[in-house]
Amino acid sequence: MNPAEHMESVYLGVVLAPLAGSIVAGLFGRVIGRAGAHWVTILAVGISTVLSLIAWKHIVWDGNDPYNGTVYTWLAAGDLNLQVGFLIDRLSVTMMVTVSFVSWMIHIYTIGYMHDDPGYQRFFSYISLFTFAMLMLVMANNFVQLFFGWEGVGLLSYLLIGFWFKRESAIFASLKAFLVNRVGDFGFVIGIAAVLMYFHSLDYDTVFGLAPTMADVKIQVLAGTDWSLMSFICICLFIGAMGKSAQFPLHVWLPDSMEGPTPISALIHAATMVTAGIFMVARMSPLFELSDTALSMILVIGAITAFFMGLIGLVQNDIKRVVAYSTLSQLGYMAVALGASAYAAAIFHLVTHAFFKALLFLAAGSVIIALHHEQDMRKMGGLYRYMPITWATALVGSLALIGFPGTAGFYSKDAIIEAVHTSHLWGSGFAYAAVLSCVVITALYTFRLFFLTFHGKERMDRHTWEHLQESPAVVTVPLTVLAIPSLIAGMFLVGPMLFEGYFREAIYVAPAHDVLGEMGAHYHGVFGFTLHAFQSAPVVYLAFAGVALAWLMYIKYPQVPGQVAERFSLLYRILLNKYGMDDFNQAVFAGGTRRIGQAFWQLGDVRVIDGVLVDGTAAAVRWFSGVVRTVQSGYLYDYAFAMIIGLLLMLALFVHQLF
Amino acid sequence: MLILSDVLILAAVLFCISVAGIFINRKNVIILLMCIELMLLSVNLNFIAFAHFLGDIAGQVFVFFILTVAAAESAIGLAILVVVFRNRSTINVSDLDTMRG
Amino acid sequence: MIVQAIFYFFAAVLVLSAALVITVRNPVHAALFLVLAFFSSAAIWLLLEAEFLAIALVLVYVGAVMVLFLFVVMMLDINLAPLREGFARYLPLGIAVALLMAVAMGLVVASGYFDARFPPRAGEAGPAASNTLELGHAMYTDFLYPFEIAGAILLVAIIAAIALTMRKPRTLKTPRPEKQIVARREERVRLVKMEAEKR
Repeated sequence: MNPAEHMESVYLGVVLAPLAGSIVAGLFGRVIGRAGAHWVTILAVGISTVLSLIAWKHIVWDGNDPYNGTVYTWLAAGDLNLQVGFLIDRLSVTMMVTVSFVSWMIHIYTIGYMHDDPGYQRFFSYISLFTFAMLMLVMANNFVQLFFGWEGVGLLSYLLIGFWFKRESAIFASLKAFLVNRVGDFGFVIGIAAVLMYFHSLDYDTVFGLAPTMADVKIQVLAGTDWSLMSFICICLFIGAMGKSAQFPLHVWLPDSMEGPTPISALIHAATMVTAGIFMVARMSPLFELSDTALSMILVIGAITAFFMGLIGLVQNDIKRVVAYSTLSQLGYMAVALGASAYAAAIFHLVTHAFFKALLFLAAGSVIIALHHEQDMRKMGGLYRYMPITWATALVGSLALIGFPGTAGFYSKDAIIEAVHTSHLWGSGFAYAAVLSCVVITALYTFRLFFLTFHGKERMDRHTWEHLQESPAVVTVPLTVLAIPSLIAGMFLVGPMLFEGYFREAIYVAPAHDVLGEMGAHYHGVFGFTLHAFQSAPVVYLAFAGVALAWLMYIKYPQVPGQVAERFSLLYRILLNKYGMDDFNQAVFAGGTRRIGQAFWQLGDVRVIDGVLVDGTAAAVRWFSGVVRTVQSGYLYDYAFAMIIGLLLMLALFVHQLF
Repeated sequence: MLILSDVLILAAVLFCISVAGIFINRKNVIILLMCIELMLLSVNLNFIAFAHFLGDIAGQVFVFFILTVAAAESAIGLAILVVVFRNRSTINVSDLDTMRG
Repeated sequence: MIVQAIFYFFAAVLVLSAALVITVRNPVHAALFLVLAFFSSAAIWLLLEAEFLAIALVLVYVGAVMVLFLFVVMMLDINLAPLREGFARYLPLGIAVALLMAVAMGLVVASGYFDARFPPRAGEAGPAASNTLELGHAMYTDFLYPFEIAGAILLVAIIAAIALTMRKPRTLKTPRPEKQIVARREERVRLVKMEAEKR
């Protein structure tokens, strides 16, 4: 077997192992039992992780050429070829390693978190299947497989948010996530369809190769208006990303998705699935680079998401919702980086974010376990005495999140802010202001959470307080394992990933947009980068200011927040109501749709279809048969008469023809 | 000398008489069966006439088959008639309306 | 000439007897007139040199089928009055339809269309040939399979007629001791408990 074939089976193993694990745990869960279910899936995802690392070494370390091959042709119709194929380059191996590693950690953590849940095997089956779908998504070499993975993770997200299907709120949240994602997917499908229509192919290679020749093509979507084809395609694709990566205004499902079990919040709604949109845009960089319009739109939407979602995070009391809003905000950062053409920075932030956000979620989950599934931060406090490991790892995660110098988050976030600063696109000024002010907000809400949970007065009830203890090893080990990359990954990755051409041909950046290249000119090693942050940009100081503010408000003078809320009650209420987006959607889209449906039902269904078509047909047939029935007397001689009349007529015809 | 038309017109008249018989005796099954025999007879007459004037024996073979089928038909028809009469004590067609739609 | 006279004579008898078949009151008379019609048409067939079939018609139809008819008519005790109902009412319509058809068919035949296409022609074997031999030859060579099928149809008709009219032996109701012995109380008696109806 030659090396290429060798690698092909490695890639197949990466995706098929979790699928097999999921099938075994899902279909034979009863047979193999709870322990069997978690062993088989953890083993499967472990294999997947190891194989991903092998693939990573093969592509990145050994510097082999990217692999692009078809594994299986699903169907061929005319010039449309739907295939299952893998494009393994530096971008996808990075994602593969991140996805499978985080997923593996979360599998282990789940043993502790879901310990008493009756749906134990089902849960493991779902998360393994999710891993499979996500890997299919990142490894795809064509749009159809991308879409398959895309919808696959969407489906699993729906199933997992509604995992506790006896809870009203969980069902509502899962439905909401599903419906909002449909809106995004609609745009995504239109984008893919436009690609197929104009490129006559869905293969990445072909499409990207043809893209530059299409840069100036105009299409008329609405008659009379010329739209740039590339802008149209890119915006449609980005609408899909907006749904999946929860960008404003399609972000509304993500906070509600916290109804799912915490491992899910960590795996799907922080580390992997929500970054699918970011990954997709980076993967499509040869297309997006051709449309300044689309890039500006991404920039602005990302900035809005980053800033305004961070603000909401300030007023939430549910520990998981705070983390969820912080996820939204960080996704906004990634989108901003994409908009500024700093794709590498976006992926870099995606990777570091996957580690520290999964860490934060798992830490929050650990707290929730200790407090017997209490999620309200107002009933926590002072936990550092009882849960030292959770406390320490949460501190690492928080520092990484706010971008404390030296942590993983610092490098990625700083790079994004710097890239936006360097960008010349329309909207970059606004985006810069937004992400910069968001640094303060991030620090504030992160440490608000940290202080409220781990420090200050112990506000839990007596019964809970008596049972406080550190979580078991299956919880703390993943925490620790995730804390290490959260702390140090940035230092090692920043140079290669951003400035030293780590991604090579996997990401294409037009020369005019090459902000990272511009920044790279001033890059002189990790220490230089760190020091530079202290010297010139205000980012670090803003973060410190945020932390200090949080300390003052929640430790030193705990009465202050209440007074602030009263003073600015209007603003406070707006934030608490999440800008009224939910109510708006509920009233206008959901309510409107329901009213339209009602109208259609009353008018179209009841009147036209039931009334006219169905009942009308029956009535017409009944009337007509009533008329015809009189002919059918049932007497033989009447039929004989009819036959003779017919015979006569035929005879008359014959006579007529004869003469 | 006979010509074809003579025989054909005779057969036509015979056929019309039997049709009229079906019309005016619409209640009596026995007469109806007899009318059908008459009809078949007129058809046979036609066949024999054509066989004679064409000099082709096949027409007579057909008459032979028609006679066979007609004999079978009347035998079964009368058998049914007997059974019907035994069960319903009538052969009036207007009383045989069990299958009326 | 004489042939024509004989033909017209028998044609007149045939038409007349056929008309009487459909108009007489008594079915027995109708059957007898039908016999007459068959006889006269057999005579016409003889004129048309179909000797075998003419004899077969007399033997089979007059000898067998019509006897069957008469037998059935006489056997069944038929009340004739209701069967004649509507006779007068439908007579005009029947005559009208019959005339219409007769005119239409007469038009077709009298146009000379058939005469022109089929001039009188003698059989291939000539006038001296035996009709029976000719017919038998055709039937046992060219029409062998249809002939066999015709035989099968007759057989089926015989069986069907017998099956239809055969009376089955009357089934008697007799006690079954072996069932009486194994009968249990629960199979025969059911106790029903009911609320007394309130006034």
